[in-house]
Order: sequence, then structure tokens, then C-alpha cells
Amino acid sequence: MSIWEYANPVKFIRTTDRLLPGVSMAAVLCLVTGLVWGYFFTPDDYRQGATVKIIYLHVPAALMAINAWIMMLVTSLIWIIRRHHVSALAARAAAPVGATFTVIALATGALWGQPMWGTWWAWDPRLTSFLILFLFYLGYMALWSAIENDDTAADLTSILCLVGSVFALLSRYAVLFWNQGLHQGASLSMDKEENVADVFWYPLLVCIAGFVLLFVALVFLRTQTEIRARRSRALLAREGRT
Amino acid sequence: MIALLVRDLRLAVRAGGGFGLGLAFFLIVTVLIPFGVGPETGLLSRIAPGVLWIGALLACLLSLDRIFALDWEDGSLDLLATAPLPMEGIVTIKALAHWITTGLPLVLAAPALGVLLSLPPSGYLWVLVSLALGTPALSVIGTFGAALTVGLKRGGLLLSILVLPLYVPTLIFGAEVARRGAEGLAVQTPLLMLAGISFGTLALLPFASAAVLRINLR
Repeated sequence: MSIWEYANPVKFIRTTDRLLPGVSMAAVLCLVTGLVWGYFFTPDDYRQGATVKIIYLHVPAALMAINAWIMMLVTSLIWIIRRHHVSALAARAAAPVGATFTVIALATGALWGQPMWGTWWAWDPRLTSFLILFLFYLGYMALWSAIENDDTAADLTSILCLVGSVFALLSRYAVLFWNQGLHQGASLSMDKEENVADVFWYPLLVCIAGFVLLFVALVFLRTQTEIRARRSRALLAREGRT
Repeated sequence: MIALLVRDLRLAVRAGGGFGLGLAFFLIVTVLIPFGVGPETGLLSRIAPGVLWIGALLACLLSLDRIFALDWEDGSLDLLATAPLPMEGIVTIKALAHWITTGLPLVLAAPALGVLLSLPPSGYLWVLVSLALGTPALSVIGTFGAALTVGLKRGGLLLSILVLPLYVPTLIFGAEVARRGAEGLAVQTPLLMLAGISFGTLALLPFASAAVLRINLR
């Protein structure tokens, strides 16, 4: 029993079919609990008022936007090294989900920034690096859809993902150097003294768990779809040949 | 390798188009900016370094698809791939040829265009230096993008979507050097970062470009 068994598409589909209902239910449960708890049963912040509640969407979305890219990086590496098709398809499946999370983070950030900073958008390092991350997602998805041959597309996008990761990191530090920030620093670290107060922290944790589960469920579902789409294409091609 | 470089340069000069086009584009962008933002000298001299950098970057982008497209069409890229030359070497030479035909003229033309944008006198040197250091990185990164999109029918637009995000760090540090130079501030930190990006991409990115090209030629 090793993780590489799931490189077999049939095995992958069978296992994820069994996991999918549980994961999606857990995701819905966590999201509903976290959001209802956060929106209705936590106090307003004494300076930010009710706007502090945007945190329950903003932070998990931003977190998952970055983690989705990291997951794509890992699956791309697996594809390059061990050439498991499921891995490449999982990377492809994760990209639009990650891009959507990036948009959610940017949009909720704008909604939060308007009352707090008095502006929808500022060229702050964090905001700017998220915008750049979004551009990387766009390029990655555009390259996937532009290439006809599946294996070539998987190869090229994996290398783009690797190179893009390096440049995304570089841009992150370049942007830090380029402008001073309005955005607060990290306030959810495990080791820091100054963190978010516990009343906000627990519902936020539930929301984060909900977003992670939602991401996993979506990636499972989309990867299954990709596998089935590819299989039906192969069948059609075979029929055309005979 | 030298022969390949000479061949590429000769093709670029004789086939027409590529050589002068980038420069003309750079000139036109620089001329259009004052129409867009107004002819006020103070404003122009403040944005001049950034405008010169953006103009050079766009002019560079314009000629990227020519790096491999012609060789791909007539099959000479396949011949090069079977030649005893390593693919990394081919890619580096292609990037170098692109820089000599596009980047170098842009660097040399930038001070002249700086006059049009009333660049402060202290800025000329640093615009020149930052472009001279930064445009090789633009060429190398662009070669990677060109290698990615070489087999595609309409790769031009996709190429710019792929390459422009990769240009961000180079642009930030390059424009920062030029801006600080023009304002008479210390330029050492961004200059070192820019040099680091240039040499780093020059050393590492040809491997990625070569891998991508091999996949595309499969």
C-alpha cells in the first residue's frame, strides 16, 4: 500500500468516489458552522465594527489561494519526476479553483479596505503580490487550454509552474522592496504574542477547515471529470480509427 | 555556437522587420505618452524613467515570437536539435542574438528618448546602466516564453500573458534603479538586485527553456 497506487486512474476514481460525499458534507458543515458562528455569534470589533467579519471569508480564501498554487507545484513535480497522469490532471483541476480563491481574497479585501483604509485598492505589497499571483494563474490556465496534445500540455505547464513559482517568490520580495504596506502583518501565526483574539480565532479556524475541505472536494471532483473527459476522448478516437 | 550567433544576427538584419521594428515601437510609445498624460515638463521628468522602462519592455516583448517561429516553420530548429550543440547552448545563443538585435539598440536609444521626456540630467547614466543590466534578463525570460509557445498557431497573445508576469521583478528593480538615479538617491541596493536577477536568469533559465523546447520538438 503506497500513495503511488492512486496514480492508477481507476483506483483514484474509486477511492475519491468513496471519499467525496464525506469530504463535501464536512466542507458544507464547517463552512455553515464557521460562517454562522462568525457572522452572528461573535462581537463586533471595537474599532472596526462589523467589518471585521469579512475576515471569515478573506483569510481562508487568501490562504487557500497560495496553498492551491503550492499543491500545483507539488503535483507538477510528481508529474515531471514520475509521470503519473492523475497528478498532472490534479494540477490542471486545481488551477481554476485557486484562481477563484485569489479573486475572492482580492474582492473581499477591497470590500474590507474601503471602510477601513478609505480605498478599494492600494499598491500594497500583499495586495500587489496577490494580483501577480492571479496573473500567474491566468497564464497557467491559458497555456493548458492552448495546447492540443495532452502530454505536451502537461509537460509544458508543469515547467511553467516551476519557473512561475520562482518568479512569483521573486516578485513577492521585489514588491516588498518597491512599496510600503497598508496591510497588517501576520496575525495568525502559532508562535506570535499578538494574535487575533480567541473569540474571532475559533470560528476562523472552522472556516479555514471548511475552505480546505471545499478545495479538496472540488479538486477531487474536477480531477475525476478530467479523467473521464480524457477517457471519453480516447474512446472516441478509437472509434474513429476502426 | 559562434556560427549560430552570426547566422541569427545576419538573418535578423537581412530579413528586415525585426531589427528596426522594436526601436520604432519604442520611439512611438515614448512619443504617445506625453499625448496621454499631457506635456507638463515636471510630470514628464518624474515619470520618464518608468516610461522608458515600460517602453523597452514592450518593445522587447514585440519581437519575442520571432526567436523560434521562423526556425520552427522551415525546420531548421529540428536540424539544430540534432546537431552536436547542447540545447541549452542553442537557447542561450538565441537569447543573446535577440538581445543584440533588440535589447542593445533599445539601451542605446533610451537616452535620446529621455530628452523627449525631459529626463533629469542625473538620470541618463542610470537609465542606461539599468537598461543595459536588465534587458538581458528580459531576453532570457522571453526566450523561455517563446520556447513554451513555439508550436502554437496563434501564440502571440498567449506569449505576452505568460511572459509579462515573469517580467515583474526585473521591471520593479530596473525602474527603481532608474528612478532613484534620476532623483539623485543611492542606487546600490536595487542595482545589485537587478544584477542578481539578470545573472541568475542567465545562468538557470536556459535549462528550463531547453527542456521546454525539447518537449515541443518531440
